Amino acid sequence: MSVSVTVIGGFLGAGKTTLVNHLLRNAGGLRIAVLVNDFGALPIDSDLIVGSDGDTLEISGGCICCSYGSDLMEALLDLPQRRPGIDRVLIETSGVALPGMVASAVGLLEAYALDGIVVLADAETVRRHAADAYLGDTITRQLAAADLLVLNRCDLIAAEVRDETLRWLEGQAPNGRVVPAERSVVPAELVLGLRGGDRAAGALRAPGGIAASVLYESVELTVDRTVDVDRLARSLAAPDAGVLRAKGCLRDASGRLVVLQIVGRRFECTDAPAGATPGTLVAIGLRGQLDRAAIDRALEETYFSS
Amino acid sequence: MQVDLTTIFSARRILTMNPNRPEATHVAVRDGRILGVGPLDELVGWGPHTLDTRFADKVLMPGLVEGHSHVSEGTFWRYLYLGRFDRMDPDGKVWPGAASIEEVVARLQAADAKMGAGTEPLSGWGLDPIYYGERRVTRQDLDRVSTTRPVGVMHASGHIFNVNSRALELAALLRPRVNHPGVPLGADGLPTGELKGPDAMTLAGKHIGFDREVLANDEPGLRQFARLCVRQGVTTATDLANLLPPDAVAMMRRVTDEAAFPVRIMSFRRFQGVTPQQAVDHVVDLRDQSTEMLRLGAIKLFVDGSIQGFSARLRWPGYYNGAPNGLWYTIPGQIRELYHLALEQGILVHSHTNGDQATEMALDCLEQALRDEPARDHRFTLQHCQLADAAQFRRMKALGMCVNLFPNHHFYWGDQHYATTVGPERAMRMNACATALATGVPMAIHSDAPVTPLGPLFTAWCAVNRLTASGRTLGTEERIGVADALRTITLGAAYTLRLDGEVGSIEVGKRADFAVLEDDPLEIGAERLKDVRIWGTVQGGRVFPAADV
Repeated sequence: MSVSVTVIGGFLGAGKTTLVNHLLRNAGGLRIAVLVNDFGALPIDSDLIVGSDGDTLEISGGCICCSYGSDLMEALLDLPQRRPGIDRVLIETSGVALPGMVASAVGLLEAYALDGIVVLADAETVRRHAADAYLGDTITRQLAAADLLVLNRCDLIAAEVRDETLRWLEGQAPNGRVVPAERSVVPAELVLGLRGGDRAAGALRAPGGIAASVLYESVELTVDRTVDVDRLARSLAAPDAGVLRAKGCLRDASGRLVVLQIVGRRFECTDAPAGATPGTLVAIGLRGQLDRAAIDRALEETYFSS
Repeated sequence: MQVDLTTIFSARRILTMNPNRPEATHVAVRDGRILGVGPLDELVGWGPHTLDTRFADKVLMPGLVEGHSHVSEGTFWRYLYLGRFDRMDPDGKVWPGAASIEEVVARLQAADAKMGAGTEPLSGWGLDPIYYGERRVTRQDLDRVSTTRPVGVMHASGHIFNVNSRALELAALLRPRVNHPGVPLGADGLPTGELKGPDAMTLAGKHIGFDREVLANDEPGLRQFARLCVRQGVTTATDLANLLPPDAVAMMRRVTDEAAFPVRIMSFRRFQGVTPQQAVDHVVDLRDQSTEMLRLGAIKLFVDGSIQGFSARLRWPGYYNGAPNGLWYTIPGQIRELYHLALEQGILVHSHTNGDQATEMALDCLEQALRDEPARDHRFTLQHCQLADAAQFRRMKALGMCVNLFPNHHFYWGDQHYATTVGPERAMRMNACATALATGVPMAIHSDAPVTPLGPLFTAWCAVNRLTASGRTLGTEERIGVADALRTITLGAAYTLRLDGEVGSIEVGKRADFAVLEDDPLEIGAERLKDVRIWGTVQGGRVFPAADV
């Protein structure tokens, strides 16, 4: 079983480290390995750290944080021996790294599977940075690689500027979905996709907490018929459905159990692991944008007539 | 008992690089240092001496200084050399260049046959398929060498491996649907065996004998490197980018301190994986561990990648073939901070900038750092700096920077730069040695060994002639004269290392470091400068003939 990897990118100061800490605080029992480029700028809040050993920080709840310097591949290759039983890997890239390239590198390793690329942008500075003579193309390439683009620090700008920036970001990331955030608070369910259990078998849950429920909503559907899973994935990943993340364990026409996962417009259909319970599809979206009717329609269209 | 013996060497000609006495016939040495240089009658005044005439028919120059090399040049010779051009190994054996992919395969087959049965890896280096036309090397080529042992060959650039099917299998890459720009796929949907870039290379490296841990802290490699230095007349060489962990420092101190170790090594701490503050703290500590033969206390920083790998950062109009701009290897804010902290502590920083946008960024960062932390004699140096234009050289001058240019590139990849990477105009401007000298920027030139062979006289030949492998003169106006080139590979390089008070010229008080030459580089002719035969070196007064090093 491959371990899910989320790549977290974005320029310096966009809030990557804050997001990582937020996810660690809301890991819900997942054992997360965070790989950071270096330990320069205090990657982990000190109250979460329970110990340290060279280039590894021990984090409460069985999580760890390692620095990889220039050699991410070596760190990923070593991880299973070094720390068996890791459920998830978060790679926090350096401010000038291209998250799309990091994601490609993850794809070379059979022990891992890319879940998605999350890129953060600082609402106050992203447009200025994107126009910078030195950094502009690096920033726009970072944004373009995102499956999920988080416009962070929205509390620091006026609502109309925020809306305009959100629209601009949508143009920057044709394959990504854009969400607004403050202090990097994005539901862990949205970034990590599941709580507990392994990647394919665990069920997606609706985001919890008051902050999340103001911004996000979810639908949970029971699917008891056979489905053209691939077609369903395409429909749900299309922009008008408003789905940021979805997961379901469904039966296809041949009777095969398939796990469907969507992050932004990235989708993946894989054989379900033994013991998976079929029949449920959960989708998360921004409140007011998640189109329940469109999802129902997509399902309707992909049912196989029996 | 012999105490404080003075030796006076006579020579056919001594080229001193000291304008007060550019030429002489004798040099007196005591305690490993130069007591005086001039006619014998001036030197005998120092008292009792031994007259050593073994160099009577040789030409002495200051020991050559290689300002940008890597000790791994010594390490790589344990692998099979498969480059396109003839290259001398640490034993002095010249390995002929391989003229075709067939020849590369045949050499690997011969090496495989010598290894007998077994599954230990067969590793080669120096491959450069651009000389063999459009066809790429594939795993099928290398499968003809062996299907049972992993076979892997590193390209001359150091940025690509070619491996056989067995190596792909061990790296878990011999499977369909690999989706990575660094892993091209064949018609069968499987990787072709070409692995480009560090991510793909790391997966195969340890299976084909290029394990990073083996390559780091390599004592035999350091010894081989030193032997190559003697053969090339080099008495001071940089090891430009080493993480310098304590065990590596201890090994290097021990080896360089041996009585018969022939070259002074200056090892730079690579800025990687730590904060600017941590890097500067580390190097301040290392500085105190410096010895006569091992100099520590400087930092190497990577700003961008390479031009032929399309990872260098270029200004408009970018790459000639339309490739997207390259990559930043360090965050600009970190560069500024590192410069600032290093200036504060008097630490020397050399910055790798290949593309002109990277150069501009480094100039901007240093300008800002100097505003906060004025420093009069920092000698921060731009390494490679291949695409800098005249305005950038003027900025370097104004900011007190040095430059270490890479003329060897013209010979090895000049034709590709002309045709593909940067196009004719910028290819002709590349490594603008004449502009640097005219602008008054202190200049060195380098090999970046093992990327190109260690050999300052060859590098000087490149700067003087600017010939490409196909015979094109690339940028006639940027050629420099032989005398300037010779000064550049001695005093010029020493200046960028803050060693010009100790080495780089033959004058009283300096280290008795000489390159001992059979031919006179000022007489042999500019077009034959690379053919100057090297007898060996004198380092700290100790004589090292290349013939039995």
